[in-house]
Amino acid sequence: MEIVYVYTKKRAEFGRQCNFTDRQAELHVDIVPDATLAENFIERNPVDSGIQCVQEMSEHEINTERFETGSRGINHTEGGWPKDVNPQEVEQVSRYRKKVEKDELYVSVIQQLGTVMEHCIRQNNAIDIYQEYFEETQLDSLEETPSAKTINVFRDPNEMKRTATHISWFPDGPRKLAVAYCNLEFQGSTPDTSNDSYIWDVENPNKPEMTLKPVSPLVCVEYNPKDSHVLLGGCYNGQIAYWDVRKGSQPVEMSPIEHSHRDPAYKAIWIQSKTGTECFSASSDGQVLWWDIRKLGEPTEKLFLDPTKKQDLTKAQGAMSLEYEPTMPTKFMVGTEQGTIMSCNRKAKTPAEKIVAMYTGHLGPIYSLQRNPFFPKNFLSVGDWKARIWSEDIRESSIMWTKQYRSYLTDGCWSPIRPSVFFISKMDGTLDVWDIIFKQNDPTLSMQVCDEPLHSLRVQEHGRLVACGSHSGTTTLLELSESLFTLQRNEKNLVTAMFERETRREKILDARHREMKLKERTKSSADKEKEEEPEAEKDVDEEDLYGKAEKEFWQIINTEKKNMEKRKTETEKEDTGKASPIPEGQEQEEKTNGNPETEQKKE
Amino acid sequence: MSEVEETLKRIQSHKGVIGIIVVNSEGIPIRTTLDNSTTVQYAGLIHQLAAKARSTVRDIDPQNDLTFVRIRSRKHEIMVAPENDYLLIVIQNPEAA
Repeated sequence: MEIVYVYTKKRAEFGRQCNFTDRQAELHVDIVPDATLAENFIERNPVDSGIQCVQEMSEHEINTERFETGSRGINHTEGGWPKDVNPQEVEQVSRYRKKVEKDELYVSVIQQLGTVMEHCIRQNNAIDIYQEYFEETQLDSLEETPSAKTINVFRDPNEMKRTATHISWFPDGPRKLAVAYCNLEFQGSTPDTSNDSYIWDVENPNKPEMTLKPVSPLVCVEYNPKDSHVLLGGCYNGQIAYWDVRKGSQPVEMSPIEHSHRDPAYKAIWIQSKTGTECFSASSDGQVLWWDIRKLGEPTEKLFLDPTKKQDLTKAQGAMSLEYEPTMPTKFMVGTEQGTIMSCNRKAKTPAEKIVAMYTGHLGPIYSLQRNPFFPKNFLSVGDWKARIWSEDIRESSIMWTKQYRSYLTDGCWSPIRPSVFFISKMDGTLDVWDIIFKQNDPTLSMQVCDEPLHSLRVQEHGRLVACGSHSGTTTLLELSESLFTLQRNEKNLVTAMFERETRREKILDARHREMKLKERTKSSADKEKEEEPEAEKDVDEEDLYGKAEKEFWQIINTEKKNMEKRKTETEKEDTGKASPIPEGQEQEEKTNGNPETEQKKE
Repeated sequence: MSEVEETLKRIQSHKGVIGIIVVNSEGIPIRTTLDNSTTVQYAGLIHQLAAKARSTVRDIDPQNDLTFVRIRSRKHEIMVAPENDYLLIVIQNPEAA
C-alpha cells in the first residue's frame, strides 16, 4: 500500500522571498599596522608549558531528573500457534506436534542439544559450582566503628508539606512503613492542606503504597501487632479511627466526636488482648480512653490524668506520650506536657488509685517514653534537652541521664536487640545513638539525617533499620552498622549491673536527702523563735567554707574507711543505702557517696 | 523408540532432573514432560528470555552467538540450550544431586 500524506502551508507563512543581485566589493574598515606594538614584543625563550601523558579528565556532577517508576501487570495467554491450529483442540495440537516431531531437522537438533544439555546436568551433579567456601568463618566485624547510612527517603507527596508526626513499622518484616502526617502548628494548616497519611513500601519512595484518608489529619498511626491489615490512628481533632487495608483508604470506623478526645490524640496503642481489638489513647486534654474497635461508639474506660488523684479533669495534665509493654498488660505509663511521668495500673480498684506513681524531673513535655525491652523496670524518657533513664523504684530522680543537649529533643526509643542502646532524634536534624556500656557522657554515633528538625523516630523490630520523620514530612530510612544491632558478649549482664549500681547510688542519695530534710525540720521546729540566727550562722559558714569543707572531707573519708572494714566482716548485709554512715554535711559531700564513674555524668 | 525419545529419556534419567520441554521458534511447546499449564508458562517466558539473551549477545558482537543459558534460582536451575529453530529447556534441582 502506498502511503501518501500532503502537507499544506500558505505562501504567506514562508516569509519574504530572497532576491540576490550582483554588486561591486566595497571596503568597510581598514586597520593599518601599529609599529609600537611590534616594539613591545618580547621573545620568551625557553618556554614552560605543561603536558600530560595520561588522558586529561575532569569531574562533573549532574542531578538527573527524578525517574518515577510504576508497576504494571500484563496477562499473557497462549499464542504463537499456526493459524490453522486451535490450541484448545487437543487433536489439532497433537497432530501438529507429531508433524514437527517427524521433521528431520527437529531430530538432529534435539540430539545435538541433548548432548550439550547432558554435559551441564552432569556438571551440576558432579560439583556445586556456586558453592560458598568460607561461609562458616565469621569476620571480626564487631570492632567496626558504629555508623549508619541512608537507604531511602520518603517525601510527603503533597504540595503543602506537613510534619511526619508518627511512624509505625509493618509488624511482619521490614517491608512497609505507615507514616502519619499532620501540621502540628496551631492554626498552621490551610483548608487545602491534605489530610492524608500514607503507607510506604520500603523499596519504593516514588509513590506511597496506600493512602489513609481520615477526616482530620493523623497525629499517630499504629499497626495492629496481631493483624497487619489493621491500623489504628489518632486524629488531630481527637477522634480515633481504624483502617483495614483490605477495605480501602477510608477508615472503617471512627469514634464519635462527642465521646473522643478534645485535643489531638497524640498517642494510640494496641493492647495485648485475646481479640486483638482493644486499644487505648491519650491526649493533651488530660484523658486516657480505652476503646474496642468492634464498637467505637463509646470508650470502654476513662481516666483523667489528675496528679492530685481526685479525678478532676480541670486539674488533669495533658498527655504527650504513652508507654505500654505487652508483657505487663495491666500497666501503662503516661508522659505529660508538664514533664511528669505517671505510672498507672489499669486494674486498680478505684479510678484514683490507677495512678500508682509519679516521676518528675523533666522541664518540658515528655515526647517519648519507653521501657527497656530487656529490663522493663527501667524506662527511657525524652523531653526538654535531656533523655533520662529511670528505675521504677526510685521516684525522686532518674538513675541516669544524657548530657544537656544544645537543641531540643523530639523523640527517642530503645534498640529492640541491644539493651544498652537507645536512639534520640533532635531539633537540629541529628540522630544520636547512645550505647551506655560504651560511653555515658557522649553518644556513640551522631548523624546528621537532614537539615530540618526531626520529629519522630522508630526502630524496626530487628534493630537494623531506623525510620526518622522530619518537620517537613520527609521520612528517612537508615540502616545501622552491624555492631549496633548485634548483641554484644556479656552485654545483658553489664547493663543489669549498671542499672543496679545506678539505682543503688540514687537510693543512697535519696536516703541522705530525706535525712537532711528531717533534720532541718526538727531544727526549724526547735528554733522557731530564733529564725534569724541560723541565717547569721550560714553567713559565717560561707566565710570559712574551705576550712570546714576540708575538715569534713577527711572526717567522711575516715568514717568511710571504717565502714569499709565493717562491711568486709559482714558481707551479706548489702543494704548500705538505708543506714548512711556519713554525718550531716553540705551538698558536695553527697558526691563522695556516688560512684566516681557516674560522678562525671552528673556534672 | 525414536532417537529423540531416547535422548530425552537419557536426560530425564539424570539425578535431579525435574522436567524437559522442547519449544519451537514460535514459543510453542512441542514435547514436554510437565503438565500443560507449567509447560506453557515455561515455554512462553523462557523463550522470550532466550531470544532477548541471544539478541543481546549478537548486538554486542555480531559474530558472536548464544550457546547456553543457565539460570540458577533458589529452588532449581533452569538450563536452556538454544538453536535457531528449537529450544531445549531442562529444569533441574541441583540440591537433589
